[in-house]
Amino acid sequence: MAMSNRKLGAVMFLPAILYVLAVIGVPFVLAFIYSLGDVKIASVGYHFVGLQNFRSVLQSPTFRRSLYDSIVFTVGTQIVVLVGSTILALALKDKFRGRGLVRFLILLPWVAPVSLGAIGWKWILDSLYSVINWVLIAMHLVRPFDAPMWLGEPALAMMSVIGVESWRLLPFSTVILLAGLTAIPRDIPEAAAVDGAGFWRTMFQITIPMILPIFNVAVLFGVIFTFTDMTVVYILTRGGPYDTTQVLPSLAFFTGVLGGDLAEGAAISIFLVPLLVAVAYLMLRVAHRTEVA
Amino acid sequence: MVRGTARKIFGSVMHWLVVVVFSVLLAFPFYWMFITTFKETNDLYNLKNNPFIFNAKPTLEHLRLLFNDTLYLRWVGNTVFVGMMVVIITLLLAVPAAYALARLTGRWGQRLGIGIFLTYLVPPTLLFIPLSRLVAILGLQDSLWALVLVYPSFTVPFSTWLLMGFFKSIPKELEDAAMVDGLTRFGAFIKLVVPISVSGILTVVIFTFTLVTQEFVYALTFISSESHQMVGVGVPIFLVRGDVYYWGSLMAACLITSLPIALLYNVFLDRFIAGFTVGAVK
Repeated sequence: MAMSNRKLGAVMFLPAILYVLAVIGVPFVLAFIYSLGDVKIASVGYHFVGLQNFRSVLQSPTFRRSLYDSIVFTVGTQIVVLVGSTILALALKDKFRGRGLVRFLILLPWVAPVSLGAIGWKWILDSLYSVINWVLIAMHLVRPFDAPMWLGEPALAMMSVIGVESWRLLPFSTVILLAGLTAIPRDIPEAAAVDGAGFWRTMFQITIPMILPIFNVAVLFGVIFTFTDMTVVYILTRGGPYDTTQVLPSLAFFTGVLGGDLAEGAAISIFLVPLLVAVAYLMLRVAHRTEVA
Repeated sequence: MVRGTARKIFGSVMHWLVVVVFSVLLAFPFYWMFITTFKETNDLYNLKNNPFIFNAKPTLEHLRLLFNDTLYLRWVGNTVFVGMMVVIITLLLAVPAAYALARLTGRWGQRLGIGIFLTYLVPPTLLFIPLSRLVAILGLQDSLWALVLVYPSFTVPFSTWLLMGFFKSIPKELEDAAMVDGLTRFGAFIKLVVPISVSGILTVVIFTFTLVTQEFVYALTFISSESHQMVGVGVPIFLVRGDVYYWGSLMAACLITSLPIALLYNVFLDRFIAGFTVGAVK
């Protein structure tokens, strides 16, 4: 016996854990340290300034606007995604001709690089050549020269970024829900139907309760992916017009990376942490419950 | 009876309606990329033309511009290079770690596994500011090596998790028999477990590669010069000159980059989903 299992296990596990600590753990801690100091991109040295960065961030109207926008963006996207993916997953549950092709088509938004899908939408929502506007004009629903500026007006811009983010996440949520639906033993809804339960009754009393855990997983991932994403906003609006679609991650990027104020940028991104902790906790509960069951 | 048939027809019409509407909504931007790629510039910018069809003969002009006059191929090359390096690093770190968690660490394995999975939830937008400093200290600003160093941070946790499930499904008796025949535990891992896990490892390779092509934030933060860019940032940022969007070439680049990745990903989809469902589905 050359080495005990336990020792060999430690040796095989160590490189991965050291790497994760170095590239996730260290910067994670540094983000907190930066947010309590005065680090600028060109500065050397570090002075502890306490909560000053947080104070100045909280007083900034742009930050408050971004926090609000982040919440609207995240909640809005989740609502669209959950309603859409539930309907779509139910429609795709049973085998039918052409399901393979349909699956490929509906997965495209998720599997294509985000930034490229978003730039495609930027062209569809173009201020002058928007195909949506062309259709609206052709149907005489809006007049030429008075067509909506999808990315240029605050409310429409927010709707647009929510729409594109939902477009991207919908396939992901759908396949997760599908995994849950196909795991329900077929005979249970059938038995319910024999006992006289109709479509809606079966849906609300059997199908939905049975896929609730997987529903939670889809929501938790969706919340994280939306709340921490800046790509869609960055490509479509750069946070504009007038910061009305600015979200916390994009504001942290503009402040910390482009503006060079690492300390304030870090302080902004720290506001992502409470939600991450909450999601991690809920995720553990889902995992734990299924482990016990 | 009649009522039953009517209901059946109604159900099937609704079903197709849902499927068609969603397919069109979700796939439309890719159709739009396709038609924009081959449209003549005059046709593209004439508001009187029906935008859904070719009003003039299709053209290859935008593709010519993309391949001859932009750094598109360079960006693709950079992405392939970074992708391969990240795949190698991910496999070297995740395969042994996953095996250790599945077989050797006993009761702690599951918890450590969930712990490592949770680090996948820590987003780039929280880490990019400190990491940009660390990258500068290492002298890796504007270098592809910065990305090679940082990208495994989001591929290793998920890959370890996926492989852990995979290794657990291999019957223990196989290794026990090999060890009775004189192999060490590590020998059994290398000579027996790894070869029969090829499909799991391939899943990780594809997963890692697609995540590298999809990444945006780190590449935008760490890479400044046009020629060192990755395709996901180069196309939407550097194909735009000032305020001028070359929509034909831009959409061509989006389409050509997205389709192969989409095809690859599609093949391995079910395995990724098994990883995401965190055991909420048995």
